[in-house]
Amino acid sequence: MSPWRKLAYAVLALALAASMAASWLAPAGYARQYRETTDAPPSRAHWLGTDELGRDRFARVLYGTRISLLLAPAAALLSTLMAAWFGGLPGYLGGVWARLAMGVADLFLSLPWLFLLITVRALMPLNVSPFVSVLLTFMLLGLLGWTAAARVLCASAGSLRSSDFLRQARAAGVPPFRLFWVHVLPNLRPVLCAQFWISIPVFILSEANLGILGLGVAEPLPSFGSLLKELEGLVSVGQEPWKFVPVLLLVLVVTSFQLLLSEQAEAAA
Amino acid sequence: MRLASKITGHALSLLLILLLGGLLSATLVRLAPGFDADEQELDPHLNAQSLQALHAARHHDDNLLRFYFSYMRRALHGDLGTSLALGQPVRTLLHDRIPLTMRLLVTGLGLAWMVSLALALSAAWLDISAYDALTTVVSGMFLCIPAAVLALLSVLWNISGSLVIGLIVFPHTYRYTRNLLTKAYGRPHILAAKAKGIGEARILFRHVVPVVGPQLLALAGVSVTMAVGAAIPVEALCGLPGVGQLAWQAALARDLPLLVNITLLVTLVTLLANSAADVIGHVMRRPEA
Repeated sequence: MSPWRKLAYAVLALALAASMAASWLAPAGYARQYRETTDAPPSRAHWLGTDELGRDRFARVLYGTRISLLLAPAAALLSTLMAAWFGGLPGYLGGVWARLAMGVADLFLSLPWLFLLITVRALMPLNVSPFVSVLLTFMLLGLLGWTAAARVLCASAGSLRSSDFLRQARAAGVPPFRLFWVHVLPNLRPVLCAQFWISIPVFILSEANLGILGLGVAEPLPSFGSLLKELEGLVSVGQEPWKFVPVLLLVLVVTSFQLLLSEQAEAAA
Repeated sequence: MRLASKITGHALSLLLILLLGGLLSATLVRLAPGFDADEQELDPHLNAQSLQALHAARHHDDNLLRFYFSYMRRALHGDLGTSLALGQPVRTLLHDRIPLTMRLLVTGLGLAWMVSLALALSAAWLDISAYDALTTVVSGMFLCIPAAVLALLSVLWNISGSLVIGLIVFPHTYRYTRNLLTKAYGRPHILAAKAKGIGEARILFRHVVPVVGPQLLALAGVSVTMAVGAAIPVEALCGLPGVGQLAWQAALARDLPLLVNITLLVTLVTLLANSAADVIGHVMRRPEA
């Protein structure tokens, strides 16, 4: 294992461990307001200061990281399963099914991702509870983010269609659905795993973009997006540098995922 | 002959998408909350008969297919409806904002492509691992920063919106271009040309460009899609009154007639860009010896 890969694993493990221990590290929670110390600089009581509503920024960063690190993989899992179904199965069936699946995937891919996201997000109610908004945001990412993976899976399943072991299974009378479930899907596992890992940083960044634009997770629940929204009111970088901690953490987490991905790609090559 | 069939195929798929997108748009507009309501109904001076007449006029659009055909007929005549939130015709809103967005996109894409090509070519020519690593790290860093954060930082540092769009698109175009050029320069016939002492410019234009050209054109089409997507955070957060900001305002106000029309327009623009890139790439492609 290369040193970069080790570092990436260490960063992700540390971020995940700290976010999971949020209730222990920041017992006051992410929503408690300290009204006498609003927009305060870092202190012994508040390591990263407080936001304009007097909430502890350190607690919000921990809880926000937890939400993004747990729900982005969940959304990635959903999109990978959808890609397996809408890309892998038509690819295995071939012919008109594969062409139809590719046509739909191409149409989705030609749409700018953020346009699609805000259009579909705007169709959903915006004044929902924070818990529903967080589920809605990540579910949307999962439901809309399957097309690129589906394209790859369709091509991979198509190349498996004429393989000897599938011909033999077909000749032995194995029903088509069982053939797909028992023989095709397990062979697509490496591609599915790669697509799952690729989707995680994409979804973390997309949630951050949606959050900054006010279309992501609703207050008071923190997420990377809602934490970064604080940067909107900044006048200069040097004035309140602690407000950049969420950005640095986000960049570190996404970079770690990208490092793991590039190492995986190099290993595959 | 093959070129003509390719163009026909693209034109047909664009038409199909226009019809399907129109149906989707009409459905969304028809089902949008508040479609059945009319502000005039709040007028206390109206009597029951007038209210009934207003209701009857609205119920004419109850049938989705009938509504779709009238929507498409109006759209073909340039009437894209009226924005619910801004109370202005969608056509006027788009007409006022398209020039700014176009300027941003063209400049941003131009910058992204110039930097990408310059860095990728120098990486392929120099073949120094430290330089390659440095450019890869820089582009990778931009890949890990959300587009909206770059837009916010540009406000802080007073950087132009087109430069931000360029910075958002650049890491994607650079990485792909670098891989393509590095692979192309490693081909045996190019190594042989180098060994024979043929000039770099001749190698580039006679041997490398014909190989990587079609793929770079395909990437150029995709980069238009990326830049259009980047226009939303850049225009929204930098206060630039373009189509991206309009889409964001429409999303926040749940102004579906406006939002779906913008999305349809953007889809057509990106599909046209991708189709054009595909057709030009097809013309450029020639069987390799």
